[in-house]
Amino acid sequence: MTKKPKIERVCCMHCGACVGCCPENAMTLEEVWVDISDRCKGCGICARACPAGAITMEGK
Amino acid sequence: MPDLEYDVVVVGGGPAGSVTAKHAVKNGARTLMIEKRQEIGSPVRCGEGIARAWLEELGIKPSKKWISNEVEGARIISPKGFVVTLTEKMAGNECGYVIERDNFDKALAEEAAGAGADVMVKTSAVDVIRKDGRIAGVKARHMGDRFDIRAKVVIGADGFESQVGRWAGIDTTLKPSDVNVCFEYTLRHIDIDPKYNDFYVGSCAPGGYIWVFTKGPDSANVGIGVQLSKIKSGERGAAKMYLDRFIRGKKELAKGVAIREVAGAVSCCQPIECTIADGIMLVGDAARQIDPLTGGGVANSCRAGKVAGEVAAQAVKADDFSKKFFQAYEKGWRAKFEEQMYRNWMAKEKLVTLSDETFDKACEVLAEAKLDKVNTLEILRLIQRKYPELVKEFEDLIT
Repeated sequence: MTKKPKIERVCCMHCGACVGCCPENAMTLEEVWVDISDRCKGCGICARACPAGAITMEGK
Repeated sequence: MPDLEYDVVVVGGGPAGSVTAKHAVKNGARTLMIEKRQEIGSPVRCGEGIARAWLEELGIKPSKKWISNEVEGARIISPKGFVVTLTEKMAGNECGYVIERDNFDKALAEEAAGAGADVMVKTSAVDVIRKDGRIAGVKARHMGDRFDIRAKVVIGADGFESQVGRWAGIDTTLKPSDVNVCFEYTLRHIDIDPKYNDFYVGSCAPGGYIWVFTKGPDSANVGIGVQLSKIKSGERGAAKMYLDRFIRGKKELAKGVAIREVAGAVSCCQPIECTIADGIMLVGDAARQIDPLTGGGVANSCRAGKVAGEVAAQAVKADDFSKKFFQAYEKGWRAKFEEQMYRNWMAKEKLVTLSDETFDKACEVLAEAKLDKVNTLEILRLIQRKYPELVKEFEDLIT
């Protein structure tokens, strides 16, 4: 299993930075949440991009 | 909710979307603009500093409803504190207003609605509709209801996190070196000079800058952009961390009270290769039309939006929704600002490599010189006189 992003909902500012940076187009900014699809390859760019530090990569 | 049918559907109710919708409807196209948020303009994702010159070109009248402060100039401040002051005249009318972006966006949406466009908020596009080999609308969602919006022209004005373009097969992927991650506080009760917008350069904001855009006598947006490629993996919330460190080190800001926190990201790339496909045009952040040097996007988005709206209406009249027809938009926006985008991207690529020492030397020279106009060649010559080693690679250009 590869690492997957986990979004800490209480930290997320719903800004869409992660969504726009995702090279696989695996994330979508929905009305009041962010969705992650199974296209995610676990590259972790979203965790680096998150201005609020709300994303961690989990698993190994 | 029954399915809907329009000439033009605009996805996204920011400045790009509203200006496009306004010009489409003004030119005779039945237009609907959808916005996924429940309120146009909110939450704000912007430093709120804009230039003044382009507003007139688009017939946008400055209004007290959305102007928070008018500045006389900008100051670039080096790590050691050398200050280069750019007056409005020198900057070529490029400074101007600090705005209330939420009110600004609402005003533009009201103009679109006033011209006859329909608007739906809390309405998301969840996919595009394809018909006869082209994009022919979007699948939408409103309060749990799913329905189709069939349209002859789809406008993707869905911002940095744009999906519509990618669904349509337009490549808008960004390299990490072409993304700046941003964080900002709106601070009250701080000591500032409301006549100037300040830009702090150097290692305080790797690959970007820190801005202090003054909103009034004791309040400002204090924000940062950090180049994504300069953020290491495992370094969570880097932009906020750099900004907090900067504010802690400045007692005139550290005493402030934050009444708002803003997060976001902007593209700082060269003009992308293509912003159109059969049945669809991309506008604004979605089309990566941000100025790559400043990270400012409102002006370019609105200027492109006017062209997109006009071309969309022409397409409806001509009953031609091909990529070929939309070349008029592609060529139109490129004629307005593609060259400047490219130049500013080149400048950014250079600036992100400079050390604090180089910023100090360059700002020292420019602070002493009394510049009448910002002229790249003149700046390079001035620096060459005192620190020839800094501009060695531009020697051919200067002599």
